[in-house]
Formats: sequence, C-alpha cells, structure tokens
Amino acid sequence: MTEESKYRDKFPAKNPDGTNKIDLDSHKFIKVWQGPNHPGITGNMSLELDLQGDEVMQCKTHVGYLHRGFEKLMERRRFIQCFPICVRIAVPEPDFNEYCLSASFEELAGIEIPEAAKWMRTLLLEMSRLQSFLMWMGGQAGSFGIGVVGQWTNYARDLVLDRFEEISGGRIYHMHMTPGGVRGLPPTGFENRMEETLQTIEEIMKDVKDTLFDNTIFKKRSIGLGVIKPEMVEPYGITGPNARAAGIPKDVRKDYPYLKYPELDFDVLTAENSDAYTRAELRRQEIHMTIDLIRQIMAKMPQSGDYMAKVPNVLHWQIPRGETYVRAECTRGEYGYYTVTDGSGYPRRINVRGPSYTHAVALMEKMAIDVNIADTAGLMVSLHTYPPEIER
Amino acid sequence: MKDLIQKLKKRFDVNDVVYQKDNQTYLTIAKDQAVSFITHLKDVEGFTHLVILTAVDWIEDNEFQLTYMLNNPGKKVDLGVRVLIDREEAEMESIHHLWKTAATYQRELREMFGIDFPGSPRVNEDFILEGWDDIPPYRRDFDTKEYSEQTYYPRPGRKTHDPAEYMKKKLYPEE
Repeated sequence: MTEESKYRDKFPAKNPDGTNKIDLDSHKFIKVWQGPNHPGITGNMSLELDLQGDEVMQCKTHVGYLHRGFEKLMERRRFIQCFPICVRIAVPEPDFNEYCLSASFEELAGIEIPEAAKWMRTLLLEMSRLQSFLMWMGGQAGSFGIGVVGQWTNYARDLVLDRFEEISGGRIYHMHMTPGGVRGLPPTGFENRMEETLQTIEEIMKDVKDTLFDNTIFKKRSIGLGVIKPEMVEPYGITGPNARAAGIPKDVRKDYPYLKYPELDFDVLTAENSDAYTRAELRRQEIHMTIDLIRQIMAKMPQSGDYMAKVPNVLHWQIPRGETYVRAECTRGEYGYYTVTDGSGYPRRINVRGPSYTHAVALMEKMAIDVNIADTAGLMVSLHTYPPEIER
Repeated sequence: MKDLIQKLKKRFDVNDVVYQKDNQTYLTIAKDQAVSFITHLKDVEGFTHLVILTAVDWIEDNEFQLTYMLNNPGKKVDLGVRVLIDREEAEMESIHHLWKTAATYQRELREMFGIDFPGSPRVNEDFILEGWDDIPPYRRDFDTKEYSEQTYYPRPGRKTHDPAEYMKKKLYPEE
C-alpha cells in the first residue's frame, strides 16, 4: 500500500511477523474488553479485543482474576491437606485433580491400591466427565442464543450430582479419592438409581440433538467457526476433543491406559475439520460413550471388597525424594500433575497441567482473529476452557 | 527407552537418568546443550508434544531445576528433561520457536520464579499478577503466610472477641 487509507480496510496492513498492524490513533480500530465475566467461559478471564468494524483483528487473553496460588499453597501443606485445595483447580471437574494427585503420591510412595478402589475411581472419573460434558453442552448452546438447552442439560447434570452426593456426600467437590484408594463403595441400590439417571439423560440428549444440532441458527453460526487444522495440534499443545475433532486420535485412556480402562470396551472418537460444530457433535457422541462406559463399569465392578490400601499415618507421612508425571483424560484433554517430593512431609513442587492452559491462551489468541465479535463467546466455549486451571 | 538413552548419551552429556516407570524417564542435561538437545528430540526422535515446562526451586543448592516434559505421541513415551540453572542469574534460552505454547509457560516462569527467557514473546508482560513488586512468589523464600499477614492484617475496624464472653454479653447484657 502506498499510502494509508483513511477508511477501514478489509485487509489491514501487516507487521513483519504476520500479525495485523493495529494503530488505535488511526480511528479505524476500537478496543473492546470482553470479560472478566463473560458468556464464553466457566470462570473469570478476559479477552482484550482490537476490532475493525465487528471483526477481531487482535486478541490477547488476560488471566489472573482467580489466582489463589494453589501450587504454592500445596507446598506448605502435608500430603493429605493438599486434597481440599487441589479439587478447586477445576471446579466443574474436580475428580481429575484428586485422581492425579492421589496417583502421583501413591506412585512415589510405592503404594498399590485395591481392585475395588480402581473400579470406583474409574466410575467417578467417568461420572465427572459426563456431568462436565452436560454443563458444557448448555454453555455452547447458550453462547449461540439457545438458552433452553442449558436448562435441560443442567438439570441432567444435577441428576449426576445427586449420584455423586450419594457416594461421597458432596455435590461439587467430592474428595472421595484419597491416597491409598477411595473413601467408600456405592451404597445399596445405587446401580438402579444410576441406570435411571442414565436413561433420563439419554432422553434429554434426544431433545438436545433436535433442538441444537439440527438447528439452522446453530449450524449457520458454528460450521466453519474456529477451525483447528491437524498441523496446529503439536505446536499449540492441543489435546482432547479439540484435537480428536481434527482427526488426531489422542486419548490418554487408550494411549497411556490407567485404572480399569484397559478392561473397558470403547473406541477413540475422531472427526474431520475441527470447527465449532464438529467439536460440539464429537462431544455429544462422547456423552453417549461415557454413558455406555458407566454401564460397563457398573456391570463389572465388585459390589464389596477392600477399597483402601494401608497407608502410613497421614499426619506424619513422608514420601522419599522423587518426581513423576501422572495424566488422565478429562473432558477437555490431557490433565496432568507433575509432582516432586524431597523426602520431607510436604510436597516440594506440584505443577498442574490443565488443558485450558494451552487452549485458552496461545490457541485462543490465534483463533479469535477475523472472527465476528458476536461469535467470540461461542468460539471460546467450543474450546472448552476452565480458567482456574490456567492460573492455579 | 534404554536404547534411546544410550543413543542420546553418545551425542549429548546426559546425566542422572531415572527410569520412573515403563514409559517415563527423567534425565539431566547441561544448560548450554539443553536447547539443541530438545530440538534434536523434537525433530529427530519424535518428541513432538511439549507437555509441561515448569521449574522447581532447590533453594538449598542455590539452583532452579527447569523441567521440560516431552512426549512422543508415536511411541507413547515421556522424557522429563531437567536443566539446572543458577538461582542468582536465573536465565535460560527460549524454546518458543519450537512450540508456540512455550511462550506462555516462559512468561509464567518469568513472573512466578523470576527466570528470564530473553527473546520470548511478551515475556516481560504481566501474566497472572498485576502490579506485583515483591520477590517472585513461587520462589521458596517467599513466605505466603507472612505476606498475607502484612498485607491483610490488621484491618481497621476488626476486633477479636472471646466467643464465650461475647455471647454472654450479647445474651445477658444486664448481668
């Protein structure tokens, strides 16, 4: 361009690194903050958007609204005292924190957990995936203006939370997995009530399919929005349904089998052209897969038996020096804990790898460009992020 | 995994190898070889997924341990690459050219541990803490309890009551 036009340009000038050249003084652009409270996420996070007309030219993710220093706090707690803290790192999916932390302490201390505890943990993790997917489904529909789906799926999620309450006494934070196993097995009659819940969810999902997935507005707005190409998966550290929808069969449950997953029958679901619609459709299928897995677990798991291994007195428990990384497949991708112990009664360092860390910062900043501002919330939800795990 | 370590030992100065589990190994590499080692792992050995990049503060040895957890999605193995750096001059070469997400990790390490990664995009911008002027909070010598006591106590207007005495006074004021 020989001279800068005073009008808005469909193709704005570029910086040498390929990013759009934003000059706010030219009055062609406007800066808008979306967040920290915003329709696109479960939690607080904001997007600093530079707009031209109603299209995003530059996006910067700002986090820090939820920072409570969990990792640091855990360094000053005894191993057992870490559990009430760790669950709060991903509010809608606390069980993955419990599992990864328990499993890493057990591995470093050389504790083998009983069979019944392994089944119970598998059940809890799948139930957690189910309720998180249901909540997400409502969020995705809501961000495109179809609010009623959120009402249905949150009702369905509440039914799963009832089952959690039966098992552990807690609805949101369960703290049912502790080093050595679990705090208990399901109560009498749980299987029937679980089956009833699963049937209700299947019924609701039929309505969700009709209302959301066959909806013209949803299709028009989500097809082609926020495409993740397969070659973006490694540089941006994309995992979970976001990667699987791009045709990359990444699933921790298959790739690095843990607990009782090797004994369960399931296939890794993949799709092509990872746009917002494909990702939503993939997650809808995952809900049905999770329901199937819960049925398999209920049929195979022992009704009684030892569920807690012998662990030292937790108030004086010291774990030898070592380091390990334990991962699990949560609804959003690879969830992992890197734990370092130094032989004392406290963990030396705990680092949490939440999938949102890569999805919401580097990836979101790239994908938001050229998106209409009305669709940024839908795009954000379609990546499925939980901000507390970004800032831990 | 053992074959890979033997192969790597021929080319690089690999130390302190720990076979943690079947598919997870940890090793230490010198700071000046680290980036070429990681590039070799990514481009030649297929460790294409950067799982985490984090630091551990070994304050008693006056060292930071950077841990690059690399994953080979084809062979389904993990390699934890430890790099020990001096705590006083905490600086490390950036790997943002290998993985885009590394810039976010490095920005967080700069803020939380005070480890500098020259050249990494937006490394000096605030990430989580805004307007922080104390020592980086994830260092071992930062005392969270002392900080909160200094920052939040005593609040004006706050009083401490003995619960028994207080209730007695509230319930039976005339006695």
